[in-house]
Amino acid sequence: MADQVLDAGRGWDYAPAPESTDIVSIAPSYDLFIGGEFVPPAGGGHFATLNPATEQPLAEVAQATDQDVDRAVAVARDAYQGAWGAMPGRERAKYLYRVARVLQERSREFAVLESLDNGKPIRESRDVDIPLAAAHFFYYAGWADKLEHAGFGARPRPLGVAGQVIPWNFPLLMAAWKLAPALAAGNTCVLKPAETTPLTALLLAEVIQQAGLPPGTVNILTGDGAAGQALVAHPGVDKIAFTGSTEVGKEIQRAVAGTGTKLTLELGGKAANVVFDDAPLDQAVEGIVNGIFFNQGHVCCAGSRLLVQESVADTVLDRLKRRLGTLRLGDPLDKNTDIGAINSRQQLDKITELSAAGEQEGAQRWSLACPIPERGYWFPPTVFSGVSQAHRIAQEEIFGPVLSVLTFRTPEEAVAKANNTPYGLSAGVWTEKGSRIFWMAQRLRAGVVWANTYNRFDPASPFGGYRESGFGREGGRHGLAPYLKG
Amino acid sequence: MPDPPRLEVRKTYKLFIGGAFPRSESGRSYPVTGRRGGLLAHAALASRKDARDAVRAARQAFPGWSGATAYNRGQVLYRVAELLEGRAGQFADESVKAAGGGQVRAAGQVAAAIDRWVWYAGWPDKIGQITGAANPVAGPYFNLSVPEPTGVVALLAPAEPSLLALVSVLAPVIATGNTAVLVASEEAPLAAISLAEVLATSDVPGGVVNVLTGRTAELAPVLAAHMDVNAIDLTGADPAARADLERAAAGNVKRVFAAGQDWVAEDWAASPGLDRMLAFLETKTVWHPVGT
Repeated sequence: MADQVLDAGRGWDYAPAPESTDIVSIAPSYDLFIGGEFVPPAGGGHFATLNPATEQPLAEVAQATDQDVDRAVAVARDAYQGAWGAMPGRERAKYLYRVARVLQERSREFAVLESLDNGKPIRESRDVDIPLAAAHFFYYAGWADKLEHAGFGARPRPLGVAGQVIPWNFPLLMAAWKLAPALAAGNTCVLKPAETTPLTALLLAEVIQQAGLPPGTVNILTGDGAAGQALVAHPGVDKIAFTGSTEVGKEIQRAVAGTGTKLTLELGGKAANVVFDDAPLDQAVEGIVNGIFFNQGHVCCAGSRLLVQESVADTVLDRLKRRLGTLRLGDPLDKNTDIGAINSRQQLDKITELSAAGEQEGAQRWSLACPIPERGYWFPPTVFSGVSQAHRIAQEEIFGPVLSVLTFRTPEEAVAKANNTPYGLSAGVWTEKGSRIFWMAQRLRAGVVWANTYNRFDPASPFGGYRESGFGREGGRHGLAPYLKG
Repeated sequence: MPDPPRLEVRKTYKLFIGGAFPRSESGRSYPVTGRRGGLLAHAALASRKDARDAVRAARQAFPGWSGATAYNRGQVLYRVAELLEGRAGQFADESVKAAGGGQVRAAGQVAAAIDRWVWYAGWPDKIGQITGAANPVAGPYFNLSVPEPTGVVALLAPAEPSLLALVSVLAPVIATGNTAVLVASEEAPLAAISLAEVLATSDVPGGVVNVLTGRTAELAPVLAAHMDVNAIDLTGADPAARADLERAAAGNVKRVFAAGQDWVAEDWAASPGLDRMLAFLETKTVWHPVGT
């Protein structure tokens, strides 16, 4: 009965429902945002940012040089010692509330631009990325005048200038995660968006102008990895916050060694999503899909390893594949789209290479047989079964729509396998047994545990990893700690 | 004819690993001298292999210690304070021999160390209430954040030879449920071994605290680079070596901590604050839907 397929009849053929791009106007070229205005880069260099769904250039953005980093850090220091640093918390709060409100007002514009530059489905940018970014500013705005009650001493002080380097998977949301708590605490910021997704950060610069923040409070430097390195190594920066790969995170930790610069790292993951035989299996299948195929799997906390109890493994896999058959891959701006474009050629190559390694090492590959657009970067939802713990696809972060399925028999075995990677960012547990949820939650070495749900985010909820997934928390009261000293 | 004066029974100072007191597997030792230059003991000169053994012992002890109830950990730590109290005179005597200074000052410092240990013994069942949270998320979810121990913590003990310095770095690490590998001060390692003797005869499970004596310059790089050490406290590190140790610690994204040494100040009774506990705690956030 449970395995019967409902016949929905005919006449339900797909009709595209593309979101209009008229709402957003993209300039042919963008400069750096330093000291409250857009200024040309010292080296004069620009590079193109592409629409990954079409491989067409969207705009040119500036390549920040060491000289630009110097300039941005200097004006951020001025703002810290000047207008922003001297401002009472209640005034900072009002500025941040303004930013939150403008983000809400211009949310559709941001959503379309995010999907164009990143390749993620408009449904996600519209319903997740942009509302959460606004909510983040709204949440931390309210902390700015309450810091003495946050539990970090009676008179907590900001650190100074924060250098913040963010990834391409949630471009605007990651900017909000970085800027909102730093500014609420009274720091000034130099933000370096990812090389392939700079456009929403530059639109945010415009919002910051509209909100009237004092010049130099937020500075935004576009560029490649070299610009990020220059920012991280800059002696005028008091605090570094980085979200990205574990590999780069370790380089940054080495770069700041011995300098006394404060550091928080939000790095990679290889999360286990653990499904017990008593789980509500249809809900679990939805959670598995949401866990690994949300945002094309470009999610550090993605549930990229499915650990399913042996007795229900075949059932879960069958239902999972059937559910995946309903996913629609294609135009990110189509409101029907579930799976958008892979963000870059480089990332597509990495996903392709690791998937090939999965086959070579003996796992069984299943990929959704769906039409793939002729242009752009695409990878169909893929499930590997028969995966062993030693396989690269069970150990390495793929950061794509690729799920590795392993099985277990006992709860102890599930815990041992779940914890058997160097990472510790997140985990999922699916079971109807309450005591087992807490038993598992206590033993999973991960910073976020989603029980009977997955990939939920909220500005009030601390997020961050154990072990090689990094240190420090973003979100909630805990998210203030990295930006304050007692 | 009167009896000759009684001959003193001297103590052998060895390592403390996994609840046992082995000599260094290398067979090495080094002379430890007092303030006036006299020989106090031959301490074990731990090798890199001893350091790795200590990490393994700490890792094995971690599930039991971190999984014990907070009430139980608090009682075990309080028991340590009880035994320290009984040996207060011994610690004061050792301090005078090692570092000089008057008996009164040494006794005062030992008393402060014991009081500080009692302070930490009360924390295991309270720190979660101070640092955890019920988070009001915008949706039908129960969302709780709780602190959990980071894991195996390596400690480079300060050069300051006193019991107070040792207690100040060690107690916050194990009160929060971590297990520890402590490298004793190279010049003045004996108090650490005497503390280990107290830990061994209290109810602290073997492996929760492991103590190495020897060359800090030899042991610290091994611990900083060790892939099964989760955090390192560099309070006692040579400032010149600190950058190298931090670079090595990046290999597995270790939490690196180094803070001021408040016990050097005269106000020993002042509260040490929460920083040393918070440095070795992770925050775990658990979500669950709410529904009927």
